[in-house]
Amino acid sequence: MTDAALPRTTPARNVRYGSMKANREWALRWSYVFLVIFAAFSLLPPLYMFITSLKTSAEISAATNPWWVFTPTLSNYVALLTQPQFLVFFRNSAVVSVLVVIITMLISIPAAFALSRMRFWGSATLATGVFLTYLVPDTLLFIPLFKMFATFHEWTGIQLLNRWWVLLIVYPTLTVPFCTWIMIGYFASIPKELDEAAIIDGASWVQVLTRIFIPVALPGIIAATIFAFTVSWAQFLYPLAFTTSVDQLVLPVGIITTLIKGDVFNWGQIMTGALLGALPPLIIYAFLMDYYIAGLTAGATKG
Amino acid sequence: MADAVLTHPARPRAPAAKPSALMRFLKRKSTVAFLMALPLILLIATLVVYPAFYAIYLSTLRKSMASVAWMRNCSWLPDAICTRIPFGNIQFLFTRETFWMVVWQSCLFAITAVIFKALLGFIVAHFVHNIPDKGQRKWRGMLLIPWVIPPAMSTLAWLWLFDPSYSAFNYTLSFFGIGPIPWTGNANWARFSVILVNIWVGAPFFMIMYLAALKSVPDQLYEAAAIDGANWWQRIWYITLPMMRNIIAITALFSTIVTFANFDIVRVLTAGGPIDKTHLFATWAFKIGIEGSDIPLGASVSLFMVPILMVAAIFILRDINQRGNEA
Repeated sequence: MTDAALPRTTPARNVRYGSMKANREWALRWSYVFLVIFAAFSLLPPLYMFITSLKTSAEISAATNPWWVFTPTLSNYVALLTQPQFLVFFRNSAVVSVLVVIITMLISIPAAFALSRMRFWGSATLATGVFLTYLVPDTLLFIPLFKMFATFHEWTGIQLLNRWWVLLIVYPTLTVPFCTWIMIGYFASIPKELDEAAIIDGASWVQVLTRIFIPVALPGIIAATIFAFTVSWAQFLYPLAFTTSVDQLVLPVGIITTLIKGDVFNWGQIMTGALLGALPPLIIYAFLMDYYIAGLTAGATKG
Repeated sequence: MADAVLTHPARPRAPAAKPSALMRFLKRKSTVAFLMALPLILLIATLVVYPAFYAIYLSTLRKSMASVAWMRNCSWLPDAICTRIPFGNIQFLFTRETFWMVVWQSCLFAITAVIFKALLGFIVAHFVHNIPDKGQRKWRGMLLIPWVIPPAMSTLAWLWLFDPSYSAFNYTLSFFGIGPIPWTGNANWARFSVILVNIWVGAPFFMIMYLAALKSVPDQLYEAAAIDGANWWQRIWYITLPMMRNIIAITALFSTIVTFANFDIVRVLTAGGPIDKTHLFATWAFKIGIEGSDIPLGASVSLFMVPILMVAAIFILRDINQRGNEA
């Protein structure tokens, strides 16, 4: 509808020379207008989080103009960051995400190397299987996993439910398939001559992986790392289903279950918590945007 | 094989000693490869494949014997038969009105959200593509932010924007004389809100994918079309869409899976309410299985996602295999 407006000028201007240029300028101007609208739509919720996080409870309940802060305050940030509970959530999230990234890389890099370079019986099927696993959503598995952990407790006496480290077991099911998949793509793009030369020089397969493939495919590894980290940080269903004690919660679940108490919503603190919870992925994104986007598009375009 | 021979002299053992069969087996390329892939195989087998089949088994159980008869209306049968009919949960679900509502809502939610995400992503990708390369990075960076924020956190912001008494949207709309809208209070508005938030979260992904696809369309095609006098609509219909067909299809299929199986947004925004009018399979299964601790029934509910997910997965796989053959 909107872009219909721009080339409609074409027939009238076709007669004159230089109409292409005028056309392009029109298109450009309209593009900017709509980009501003779309960007406003995209940034509205995070900005509103920020605005609310600077307000006092009194100002929020006074129902003044919600889009403006009349008496800015950092009290929400101070309140949250000095609250031991919140710091525990933050620590749990950080520890889980970092460890999951390490576990994911330890599993998926050798597997991707084996699947892309060293054929063995069933390796092609396994590569397809890895991709299919990526398509299995967490919402399908949380109930059987819950029951499995409960049964495991009955059999061995080891309690997995309601322990933060159960997340170290389940998160890799979300991160490993995708990371393996994009690493297969990256490894496949490395010329065969490189590893053949190394093998002839007497390198073992493990050396080929650590000395050649990992350094050469580093951009892919960074993209996979970012993916694994953001997925672990953002995951909401598994911690909600598997952990309940306050000291075992990760950040997103902690904010939602502890700050929302019945009908009393302390929106200033909730928004501050949400903003702080969104910050680590945002910071990574701000610094490593190109890797982030490379990883995002690799999933569907490679392979 | 070659490596085994070559590394042989490097070993500290006396070259005369024949390597044991086990050592030779361990040095074989396929063995090394299998060992490298073993953690992956174990992970997939124990934490994805096994639970998937376990869910099917669970769905044939019942929580308690007392509920069985009531569930399947087979109290007139002898207990020995009545308690042993599998899939009683599924029969029970079919008689529930809420179940059919959830089916309908999940489909409505997935279809509408994916269509609008695709449309919005396509339009925005064109606008970003239109502007000079230098500025594209900045705009792309801003437009992708909804995708980067953890959905549970950004949905909290939407929840606050939709708040019944302090809604910032209603505050703004009141200046235009539009009455307070019950964003999450009324069934249809709540559905609208859930879909809106999903579009907000998901459209940037489409935008990025379509932008990458747009960049791969050669400019010469558009120039040739312009010389032939094609208008903007013909350029999109005869050049852009055919060239991007693959990416459009695969992005939409990916998104269908993710949207259909969505949990975070509904859970935080409405928790299924008002009166189950926004429940999806995932949130309803959570409510029944974890909160209501009726694991067999919850497992049955979540299994109903499988057919649609499978159709999407088959199409994706076919597409990927096709492209693999072309390359």
